[in-house]
Amino acid sequence: MVLEAKNISFQYGRDTKQILENFSLRMESHERVGIVAPSGFGKTTFCKILSGYEKPDGGEVLLDGKPLSSYGRYCPVQMIWQHPEQVVNPRLRMREVLKQGDEIEEYIVEGLGIEEDWKNRFPAEISGGEMQRFCIARALGRRTRFLLADEISTMLDLITQSQIWSFLIGEVERREIGLLAVSHSMPLLESVCTRIIDLEHL
Amino acid sequence: MKHLNGRMAAVFLFGLAVLFLAAVTAAGWGFEEEALVTDFSRKNLEPCGQYLFGTDWLGRDMFIRTLTGLSMSIRIGLLAAGVSSVLALILGTLAATMGKTVDGVITWLIDLVMGIPHILLLILISYALGKGFKGVVIGVALTHWTSLARVIRGEVLQLKEALFIRTAQKLGATKFEIVWKHMLPHLFPQFLVGLILTFPHAILHEASITFLGFGLPPEQPAIGIILSESMKYLAMGRWWLALFPGLLLVFTVVLFDVAGESLRRLLDPGSAHR
Repeated sequence: MVLEAKNISFQYGRDTKQILENFSLRMESHERVGIVAPSGFGKTTFCKILSGYEKPDGGEVLLDGKPLSSYGRYCPVQMIWQHPEQVVNPRLRMREVLKQGDEIEEYIVEGLGIEEDWKNRFPAEISGGEMQRFCIARALGRRTRFLLADEISTMLDLITQSQIWSFLIGEVERREIGLLAVSHSMPLLESVCTRIIDLEHL
Repeated sequence: MKHLNGRMAAVFLFGLAVLFLAAVTAAGWGFEEEALVTDFSRKNLEPCGQYLFGTDWLGRDMFIRTLTGLSMSIRIGLLAAGVSSVLALILGTLAATMGKTVDGVITWLIDLVMGIPHILLLILISYALGKGFKGVVIGVALTHWTSLARVIRGEVLQLKEALFIRTAQKLGATKFEIVWKHMLPHLFPQFLVGLILTFPHAILHEASITFLGFGLPPEQPAIGIILSESMKYLAMGRWWLALFPGLLLVFTVVLFDVAGESLRRLLDPGSAHR
C-alpha cells in the first residue's frame, strides 16, 4: 500500500506561524521512513494530519489513492504518541486499554515486554515507559497498515529502547506495515530507518 | 496494602451511611400511621425515657414524627434530586453532542429556567400539578437541573476533544462505546457531586413551599412541616420540638455528603491511594 501526503499546508489559527507549507511525502508499506528536525518544525503536527487527527488547511492525505475517511471506523494509519498518558483513558485498567486495539495477539504483548500484573493496574499506577509499551501494542492491530511513531522512545532507557525498536522493526517488516519514525535523534533514525528526511536541510 | 485500606475505609463509610439512611427511610415508612396518633394525656412532655424527643401540643410522639418526617424528606429529596440530575445529564450531553441547533435550544432553556426565581417557578409547577407529593417532586426536579446541565455540557465539550477519546475513535470504537466506556465514567463524579448538592436544596425547597401552603398537606409530616410548626412553640420554651428534628436533618445531609465523598473516592482511580 502507499501512503501519500500531497501539498500539505497547515497552521494553528490565523496570525500564527505557518507550520507546514506545500509539504509532500510518499511512502510504501515496505519502507521505514525517518523524519528528523529540531523542535517546532511541525513533526507531530504532520503525524496528526497523516493519521487524521487534524485536517490540513490545504492538500490531502491519501491511502492507496483514497482518503482515510473511506476506510471505515478503524483507521489503518495508527499513531503512537510521545506522551502515552494523553491517549490512555485514566479510568480503564491497562487490560481494557489493550482490548481497545484490533485483536492484539499475545506474542506482541510478550515481545514488547509487558508483564502480566501490569494489566490489572490503572494508568496512574504504572510508569510512562510501561504505558508506552501498551500504546505500541494497541496500535499494532490486525488492520493497521501504517504506523507513525512520534518520539516514542524518549521515556525509555537505552536497553529497553533497543529491545522495543528491534521488536517493532521485525514486526513491521514481517507484516509489511509502513513505519514513519519521527525524532530529533539522527543516530536512532539511522539504525531504524531505510530512508531519512531531514526537514531542516530540505 | 495501604491502597487496599483506603478503599476499604471508603467502602465502610459508604456502607454505614447508606445503611443508616435506608434504616431511617424504612422505619419512617412503617411508623406513618402512629405518627398521626394524638393523645392529650401526654401533651407537651419534655424528652424523657419513654418519649425520647418529647411530645407536642397534640400529644404526638416527636421521635416517631421526626423519623416519619425524615423518611418523607429523604424520599422526596432523593427522588427529586435523582430526576433532576438525570435530566441534567441527558440534556447536558445532548447539548454538547447533537450539534448547534440542539445546543442553542437547550442553552436557551437553561437560561430561561435560571432567570426565573426558583421558588416562584416551584410554586407554579407544584400548584399546577395539584400540590402534594407529585407536585413537590416534579417542581423541585424541574427547577434544579440547570447548573448541573451546564457543568456536564462543558465537561462533554472538553472530553470530545480529549486525545484519549479521539484515539479511541481512531481505534474503531462506536459512538455508543465512546459515550458509555469513555465519557460516562468521567462524568460520573460530577454527576454524583451534583446529585449530593441538589439533595439539601430539594429538602429545603420542599420545606419552604410546604410552609407557604403549596406543597405537602399538613397530615403528611415532612420535616419541613414539623420545623415550621415548631417555630410557633419555640418562644414558649418547647425547644425539643425544633431541636431534634433539626439536628437529625443536618445529620442526614452530612451523611449524604459522606456517602457521596466516599463513593467518589472509590470511583476515582487517581485518589485511590489517599
